[in-house]
Amino acid sequence: MTTTSMSTTEAEPATAAAAPDTAETPAVSFDTSPEQYRHWVLDLSQAADTGVAWLRLDIAEDGGIVPGYELKMNSYDLGVDIELYDATQRLRFEHPEVRAVVVTSAKDRNFCAGANIRMLAQSSHPWKVNFCKFTNETRNGIEDATANSGQTWIAAVNGTAAGGGYELALACEQILLIDDNSSAVSLPEVPLLGVLPGTGGLTRVTDKRRVRKDRADVFATRPEGVRGKQAVEWKFVDETIPKRSWDETVTARAASAAAQSSRPADATGIALPPLQRDETADGIRYRYVSADFDRERGLVEITVLGPDGGVPESLARVHELGADFWPLAMTRELDDLVLRLRANELELGTWVLRTRGDVEDALAMERVIAEHSRDDWLVNEVRHYFKRVLKRLDVTSRSLIALIEPGSCFAGALLELALACDRQYMLDGTLDEEGSEQGDEAQIMLSDSNFGAFPMSNGLTRLASRFYGDDEHVEALRGEVGRRIEAREALDLGLVTDAPDDIDWDDEIRIMLEERASLSPDALTGMEANHRFVGPETMESRIFSRLTAWQNWIFVRPNASGPEGALRRYGTGRKAEFDRKRV
Amino acid sequence: MSIDYSEKIPNNVDLAGDRKLQRALESWQPNFLNWWKTMGPAVPTQDVYLRTAVDVGKEGWAQFGHVAMEEYRWGVFLSERGDDRRIAFGEQKGEPAWQQVPGEYRADLQRLIVIQGDTEPASVEQQRRLGETAPSLYDLRNLFQVNVEEGRHLWAMVYLLHAYFGRNGREEAEALLQRNSGDLDSPRILGAFNEETPDWLSFFMFTYFTDRDGKYQLGTLKESAFDPLSRTCEFMLKEEAHHMFVGTTGVDRVVGRTAELMREHDSDDIAPHGGIPLDVIQKYINFHYSVSLDLFGSERSTNAANYFTAGLKGRWQEERRKDDHLLTDDAAHVDVVRDGALTTDEVPALLALNHDLRNEYVKDCQSGLKRWNRVLEKAGVDRTLTLPHVGFNRQVGVFAGHHVTPVGELVGEDAWNAKADRWLPSEADKTHVRSLMRPVYEPGKIAGWIAPPSNGINGQPFEYEYVHLA
Repeated sequence: MTTTSMSTTEAEPATAAAAPDTAETPAVSFDTSPEQYRHWVLDLSQAADTGVAWLRLDIAEDGGIVPGYELKMNSYDLGVDIELYDATQRLRFEHPEVRAVVVTSAKDRNFCAGANIRMLAQSSHPWKVNFCKFTNETRNGIEDATANSGQTWIAAVNGTAAGGGYELALACEQILLIDDNSSAVSLPEVPLLGVLPGTGGLTRVTDKRRVRKDRADVFATRPEGVRGKQAVEWKFVDETIPKRSWDETVTARAASAAAQSSRPADATGIALPPLQRDETADGIRYRYVSADFDRERGLVEITVLGPDGGVPESLARVHELGADFWPLAMTRELDDLVLRLRANELELGTWVLRTRGDVEDALAMERVIAEHSRDDWLVNEVRHYFKRVLKRLDVTSRSLIALIEPGSCFAGALLELALACDRQYMLDGTLDEEGSEQGDEAQIMLSDSNFGAFPMSNGLTRLASRFYGDDEHVEALRGEVGRRIEAREALDLGLVTDAPDDIDWDDEIRIMLEERASLSPDALTGMEANHRFVGPETMESRIFSRLTAWQNWIFVRPNASGPEGALRRYGTGRKAEFDRKRV
Repeated sequence: MSIDYSEKIPNNVDLAGDRKLQRALESWQPNFLNWWKTMGPAVPTQDVYLRTAVDVGKEGWAQFGHVAMEEYRWGVFLSERGDDRRIAFGEQKGEPAWQQVPGEYRADLQRLIVIQGDTEPASVEQQRRLGETAPSLYDLRNLFQVNVEEGRHLWAMVYLLHAYFGRNGREEAEALLQRNSGDLDSPRILGAFNEETPDWLSFFMFTYFTDRDGKYQLGTLKESAFDPLSRTCEFMLKEEAHHMFVGTTGVDRVVGRTAELMREHDSDDIAPHGGIPLDVIQKYINFHYSVSLDLFGSERSTNAANYFTAGLKGRWQEERRKDDHLLTDDAAHVDVVRDGALTTDEVPALLALNHDLRNEYVKDCQSGLKRWNRVLEKAGVDRTLTLPHVGFNRQVGVFAGHHVTPVGELVGEDAWNAKADRWLPSEADKTHVRSLMRPVYEPGKIAGWIAPPSNGINGQPFEYEYVHLA
């Protein structure tokens, strides 16, 4: 992530940078829409004709999401990223006509200076970590749009792109740099701020753009970065374009990318209306997703409801339902909930996940997705969106516990929710409560979608991750597709952690949750992240496991965040004082 | 399998209405009976005059009658108490006691209960063959009484595991029957419980010294914030008192008989006359006292400190103590060996809790010595028995690896070893004691190395037929 305005920025006394970890964390909302954007202009004026959307960064200096800093030089904070995320979602769902997206700056000679340093210096550690995680997820989403939506993102770097600004460009498929003998791309975090380009920068330079590691080293320690011919030769950008032919060439590149898109002609988008959400001190309730906070026990009980209406009889009906189509509605709600809990409820350290609904209905809905995700752009988007939300869960630093009880519908895609959890507990039998009707026992069901529709960032399915190195077992599980699996069997198949019966259930779950809540939150975060991602690394997983982990370590070190650290001293006119010991 | 719970398993924990407990016991009880048959008393009997607890009240806790041992009704009892008990010490002092296991302390509480539980069946196993050499039917009956009550104490711990620790607890309860005293593959947890009890003098010493350690451990658990554990231990302490009575009076009677023989033959060397010389009794005291001290663990213990701070395990008579019950600012002196000398160090009081408990125990042990010396004095024998120094013959704690004599001198390994046979039972001593161990099963008769008791059991005379052998 990061960097701001480099040496060109004017230095103000860094009074706001005191005691960042005592800073109040303001409540964050992720609601926005293009009419409300303060920092971006989504220009769709030519989209119908050319298939190209223009997304122009025009950051309002006084538009910080929290007080205490000015967003100078097109430097960003979480609020800017929330708008960017909204734009990526709307482009995918509301604008099927868009086949290429050009990200550029509305400011003169300045593409983007990265994350605002004063903001970073005044932020608490959790705020920084959450902010970077969300930024990373949005950038991965941009790459996902290029790869899976036929929306190729192109960075038209029409001025200096430093730190997070260049990282944003790195998330695009092509990087076009204006050749004006001054605009450069750079990752100056190490030399100027004593932190890393931690939202994908280091990783994408080598893994995606295949820059040689020695050149990457030179680049990442040179505050002025590279420009012109060298930038192309060293592969940091794809092309430099003289100022006089800039507009025309960018337009041509975008047109050529749009021409290769798989998006259908004449498709009509669906609207993403504001989410209906009922928020109280004790929870958040949406139509299909609810969260009840138990602050005393430090946990939140999340329930995802299965579909409530019939299965749409046709694709046309799916489009007509749009955002009301259960898989999309549920996914949007879950996405919003995950983001809100992560940002606003730091002390609810355990998320207990349940589902409620009919297994058959959930599967019927899923069959629509399985059948049409290849030939229908909307259904395809829904699938990839659910995939991304599952990935959000995967990188969420909370203990995730699935409780599979009678009346639940952990089937197919929804079973992925349970598989994303650190543990799965399934009730063997029924809870024979007085006066309640004896229902069916809890059941789970595998479907084809558990075998590839929702890969994790390590490139594996959650089943393949769970049974890493035992491909035979994963293969054998294919034979179980479509069958109702009860608790004992689920335990034997390795699909659940434990299957207590009705006599043990309450005690086992209570003790397990209390025990969990008593452990060190930091150790849990580290342990869970290690267990969740087995086996191979991908660029995406490396961004989280390696780059982010190191960045978060550096963030808490005095060399960055101490009173004399580089992050806190930046812009004060005083030099950072480092503890010279290498650790 | 259906069980008439109130009849078969006397209890005050509403067993008949608790499916969880029933289910757990249904599989555990047959295994327990099987264990009792294979690892319990080896002497076949028809029935034994035993005390059975059928209730916690005055009337119920001691019901006497002849019962076939395998039909003994092992029950589950917790002391009755008010609902408003408060935690008496540690960080959560003043808060209501816990009626459920807090998840945060599950592992620690389970460990404490398992360790306590493991000692109970262990002593039954250690004493398995003793009945074959009982000096009288009265003593045989007492042995069996101790055995069934150790069995009941196992039940008490198993009850806690079953009722409060879920599946994990059931597995631990099962393992309590699978570990066996002295088993090479699967021994009991604490070292002292893997030694066979080879003779009746050892048995009396064991019930005096080692069961007394149990009393003190139970006393600390009685203070626990986990109320069911506290109430269980309170009731167990009642029964534990009987075991110590067996030890105290047993040693009384051996000492008495020894004094009698010494007077009769006007000699200290009464071995040829079928008695146990006073020196040998002293050596047995030295041995059993020192290995029992090891059971208190290290003098400095962070575990004990953590248990105290968390409210899991208090001090002896915690509530009667006049301090803040937090101990965060207090200091205590503990023994250390430094530069070839015994001295003490000041350490935070929290770290010295094992030492504190051991000191209470040592004081209590002294009273037995006084008692036995009075027996000697009354018999006109001008000799006394003593407790050895706490550093003598220790394998655990600060004295481990050092060589301390019974009077508390620090000496070299060679010097210590050269005199070991004068301080601890030698092979010859043990052989002699063993040679005296011949069963006397005739009512009213007693072996020659021990005096008869002054009273029988429950008002019955000594010659009462306490045991019907098979």
